Amino acid sequence: MAIERILKDDASEEKGERARMASFVGAMAIADLVKTTLGPKGMDKILQSTGRGQSVTVTNDGATILKSLHIDNPAAKVLVDISKVQDDEVGDGTTSVVVLAGELLREAEKLVASKIHPMTIIAGLLRAFHHCIWVLSSVHDQIAEKFKMDLMKIAKTTLSSKILSQDKEHFAKLAVDAVLRLKVKGLLQGSTNLESIQIIKKPGGSLKDSFLDEGFILDKKIGIGQPKRIENANILVANTAMDTDKVKIYGARVRVDSMAKVADIEAAEKQKMREKVDKILAHGINCFVNRQLIYNFPEELFANAGVLAIEHADFDGIERLALVTGGEIASTFDNPESVKLGHCKLIEEIMIGEDKLIKFSGVEMGQACTVVLRGASHHVLDEAERSLHDALCVLSQTVNDSRVLFGGGWPEMVMAKAVDELARTTPGKRSHAIEAFSKALVAIPTTIADNAGLDSAELVARLRAEHNKEESNAGIDVISGSVGDMSELGISEAFKVKQAVLLSATEAAEMILRVDEIITCAPRRREDRM
Amino acid sequence: MALAFDEYGRPFIIIKEQEQKTRLRGLDAQKANISAGRSVARILRTSLGPKGMDKMLSSPDGDVTITNDGATILEQMDVDNQIAKLMVELSRSQDYEIGDGTTGVVVMAGSLLEQAEKLLERGIHPIRIAEGYELASRIAVEHLERIAHKFEFGENNIESLVQTCMTTLSSKIVNRCKRQLAEISVKAVLAVADLERKDVNLDLIKVDGKVGGKLEDTELIYGIVVDKDMSHPQMPKQIQDANIAILTCPFEPPKPKTKHKVDIDTVEKFEALRRQEHQYFDDMVQQCKDVGATLVICQWGFDDEANHLLMHRNLPAVRWVGGVELELIAIATGGRIVPRFQELTAEKLGKAGLVREKSFGTTKDRMLYIEHCANSRAVTVFIRGGNKMMIEETKRSIHDALCVARNLIRNNSIVYGGGSAEIACSIAVEAAADRYPGVEQYAIRAFADALDAIPMALAENSGLQPIETLSAVKSQQIKIPTRVMQENNPHCGIDCNDVGTTDMREQNVFETLIGKQQQVLLATQVVKMILKIDDVISAAEF
Repeated sequence: MAIERILKDDASEEKGERARMASFVGAMAIADLVKTTLGPKGMDKILQSTGRGQSVTVTNDGATILKSLHIDNPAAKVLVDISKVQDDEVGDGTTSVVVLAGELLREAEKLVASKIHPMTIIAGLLRAFHHCIWVLSSVHDQIAEKFKMDLMKIAKTTLSSKILSQDKEHFAKLAVDAVLRLKVKGLLQGSTNLESIQIIKKPGGSLKDSFLDEGFILDKKIGIGQPKRIENANILVANTAMDTDKVKIYGARVRVDSMAKVADIEAAEKQKMREKVDKILAHGINCFVNRQLIYNFPEELFANAGVLAIEHADFDGIERLALVTGGEIASTFDNPESVKLGHCKLIEEIMIGEDKLIKFSGVEMGQACTVVLRGASHHVLDEAERSLHDALCVLSQTVNDSRVLFGGGWPEMVMAKAVDELARTTPGKRSHAIEAFSKALVAIPTTIADNAGLDSAELVARLRAEHNKEESNAGIDVISGSVGDMSELGISEAFKVKQAVLLSATEAAEMILRVDEIITCAPRRREDRM
Repeated sequence: MALAFDEYGRPFIIIKEQEQKTRLRGLDAQKANISAGRSVARILRTSLGPKGMDKMLSSPDGDVTITNDGATILEQMDVDNQIAKLMVELSRSQDYEIGDGTTGVVVMAGSLLEQAEKLLERGIHPIRIAEGYELASRIAVEHLERIAHKFEFGENNIESLVQTCMTTLSSKIVNRCKRQLAEISVKAVLAVADLERKDVNLDLIKVDGKVGGKLEDTELIYGIVVDKDMSHPQMPKQIQDANIAILTCPFEPPKPKTKHKVDIDTVEKFEALRRQEHQYFDDMVQQCKDVGATLVICQWGFDDEANHLLMHRNLPAVRWVGGVELELIAIATGGRIVPRFQELTAEKLGKAGLVREKSFGTTKDRMLYIEHCANSRAVTVFIRGGNKMMIEETKRSIHDALCVARNLIRNNSIVYGGGSAEIACSIAVEAAADRYPGVEQYAIRAFADALDAIPMALAENSGLQPIETLSAVKSQQIKIPTRVMQENNPHCGIDCNDVGTTDMREQNVFETLIGKQQQVLLATQVVKMILKIDDVISAAEF
C-alpha cells in the first residue's frame, strides 16, 4: 500500500539534512551576493527591473539590492527581511547584517556537519551574542565635547562606502548640518524623524554642486502675473478645493429647465468661488499654498490681489511647509482671526539648473532644511539620495544615543577577541558555537580587506596581533592598505548601528538554524484569462 | 458492487462513472487512512519539546512562515488528504479550546493510529479497538486528575503562573527571554481576569507587534495601542486626561440609506444648500466640543473641511480606527460607542490619563498609545523583534502563554511536564488493562504504549537515547514511592535541558491539567473516528 500523499500535487516537502542544506545554501548565496559591496572599496550592482521600461538602478546599498530581488528560497527571504528592518530601524549597516548572518550560518553549517545539535549551536551563539553586546557597551566612547567633529567622522565613515565617497567631506558636512538643525531647536533628545529634511534631486551639474539650503524649497512654479518675490510673507497653507467647490451633500444634483437658469447657477458658482477667495484674502496673506488644484479663475483673482498662489503642492510638501512656517493647514476660512498663518522672511523664485523653484527663506522653525542634490544622471542622484539617507539616519540615531565605536573592523576584532576568551572558559559543546561566532565576526574585516584588493589573511592576522596588545585602536586602513590607528584616521561608527547588526544577524541565524523541515505549498494557480 | 439489479432483473447503477472514482474498502481503507494520519504526525514529531525544531512554510503566495506551533504548521501546510485534514481539525480544536499543546495532540493521535494498525493486522475488529481506546482514555483522564496538583496564586503571588507559562514558551524561538514574556503574559491575563467568576476574556488582550528593536523591548501596556496617527499633522501629539468621544459616524455630510435626490434648480437653493452644508460640519464639531470631548476617535474618514475645523477648534482626532480596536478602546476607557452625533453626551465619553503618539525607527511609523485608562481592563502586549517572522512567531507564542495562564485561572490544577504525566498515565493504563476481559484488553495496552510516544519524541528531540531514557524514567516513577502519594512518583520526566535531574518539580516544568486531559480526549476521539471508516470514495480529479 503506497503511502498517500497528504499534500497537494505541486507542493514540496524537504526534511532534515536536506532542508537544512537548502536553507544554508540559500542564505549563504544571498550573503555572497551582497558581500562584494561591503566596505569603502565595495563594488556596486546594477539592478534591472523586469517591469515595463526595464528601469535600471545602480547601487551598493544592501537593502535596496535585496529589496529588488525575486527570491524563491525561504531562508533567503529571512535575510532580505532583516536587511529591510535594519534599513527601517537604523538606516545603515544593511549589508553588514546580511553578511554577518551569512557567515554565522556558514560556520554553523560546519558544526552541524560535525554532528552538533542545532539547539546547542543556538545556545552558544546567543551566549556569544550577549557577551558581544556587553563587551561593546564597555568599550564604547561617549561623545559630548567635540560633538560635531565626531558626527563628521561617523558621516564620513558611512559615506565612504558609497558613491559619494569622492566628495565625502562635502556631504558629511551637509548631513551633519542637516541633522544638527533638528537637534538645536528640538528637545535634548533630538528626534529621529527625518521628515523635515527634504531632499530635492535635480540632474545637472556635479555632485559637488549639491548644497544645503537653510530654508525650504518647493518644487513648484509661481502662477503667471503674480509677484516673484515677497518679503515678510504671510502664508496660508490650505487643503481645499479651488476648482469647482462641489456640494458635498449626498445626492445633490443640479436640475434646471432653462438656459437662463444655467447662467444663474454659473454666476452663483462664480460668486461662491469669489467669496471663498475673498475670505482667504481676508486673512491678510500675501502667499497662498494649496494642496489641490487652483483653477484659472481663482488664480486670476489671487493675481489681482497681488497674492502669490501656489497650486498642487503634494501632501508631503504641504505638511512640511506647514511645519516649517508654523502655520496650520486650513480647509475652512470663516474665522480669519484664529487661523494661524505661516511666516517667512522672503519668498523668491530661484533657478537650479534649468528649473525654477520657489524658495522660502527665513522661516520660523529652524529645524527644517532642504538638501539639493545635483548630479550627472538620475542614477547617480538616486544613489546619492540613498547614501545621504543612510548617513542622515545614522547621524540622527547617534544624536539620540551618543555612543560611538571605531570603524574599520575594530569593533569586530574586539568582540572576536572577547568571544574567543569566552569560548575558552565555557565548558561543553557550546564552546564550539561560541568560537564559530568569533570566526564569523572576523569575516567582516576580512571581507572589507578582500573587497579592497588587499591581502586579507595577512592584514587580519596583523590586526589580531595588534589587538592582543593593550588598548589597541587598530583597524584596517583601506586607503593605505595596512593596519592603522582608527582614532587617528577618524573612522567612527555608531554604537546603535553595530548593536542592531549583531542583534538582527543573530536572530536570523537562530531562526534559520531551528528549521528542520521546509514545506512549500503549491503555488496559487493563476486564473486563465483566455 | 456499484451495479445492482431491481426486482425485474434490470441492472441499475448506484455509484455513477465508476472508472473515474477511486475507491478503497475494508482493511485497505483503514490502512491508507492510518498511514495518512501518521505522516501528518511525523511532520510534527520533531517540533515537540524545548529542543524541538521549527518548520519553514512557504505559502502559495510565497510568504514565509517559520514556526513550531503545531496548529499553525498544519493550517499553513494546505493538506489535500481527507484524513490529514481531520488531523488538522484536531490540532485546531485543541488550539481553540486550550490554546496550547497543539503539537502534542497530533503526535499522540499519530501514535494511537500506529498502535491500532498493529492490532488491525492481528485481526481485531476496528470497533473493538475504538472501544478499548475509549476505556483507556477514561482511565488516563481519571489518573491525570489524581496526580494533579492544585496551585495557589493571587494578585501578588504570580510565580507559579509564570513558571507554567515559561514551560510553554521554552519550546518556542522566544525562549531566550521566556521569563520576561511569561511575566508579561501572566500580568496581562491577570489584568483582564475576572477572578470571582474564574473567567478570562482574551479578547481584551490585544497582541500587537512592530518590526524593529529587540525582543527584550516587548512591553505590556495597560491601555491600547492603535496603529494610527492624528488626522491632522498639526494636532497635539500628547493629550493629558483625555475625554474621548468614540464615534462610528463619519465627519461627512449625511448619506441616508434610502435613495434620494436633492434637486437644485434655483440660485437660492444652491446658496441654501451651501450654507447648510457648512452648518452641518460646524454642528458636528460643536456637538463633540459641547460635551467636553478632548479627543475624537472615529471609525470613518473625515472630510477635509471637517478635519480642519476639528484642528481649528483644538479637538484632536483619529480616523479610520478599526471596529475591533474601537471596541477595545471603548472597554478600556469606559466610554460608549456613539453612532450619531446627536446622541453624544458627557457620560458617554471615555477617559484616559494619557494619550500620546510615538514614532518608531527612521520611517514615518507612528502609533497611538492610550494609557492610564479609566478601566484598565483592556491591555496590549506590544511585541518588538528583529524581523517580521520573529514578530509573527512571538505573537503565536504569546497567544499560547496567554491561553495557558487563562486555563490556570479557570482551573488551577497542574500536572508535571516533560512527559512525566504521559508516563504516569501509561503506567496506570497498563496496570488497569489486565482487569478487562475481552479483546479490549489489547487495545488498552496499545493505548498505554501509544502514550509513551510523547516522552519518546521528547527524548529523541533532545538528543537522548529514547528507549533507554524512557525505560529509566519509567522505572524511577515506579520505584521511588513518596511518602505523600503512597504510590508512584509521577514527577519524573525527560530531562530535556540536561539539567541533571528527572524530577520535574525541581525543574519547574508544569502543564495545565485541562490541557493535558483535552489532549488525551481529543486524540482518542479523532482516532476513533478514523478507525470507523471502512470505505473511502473519492471523486475523480476534475
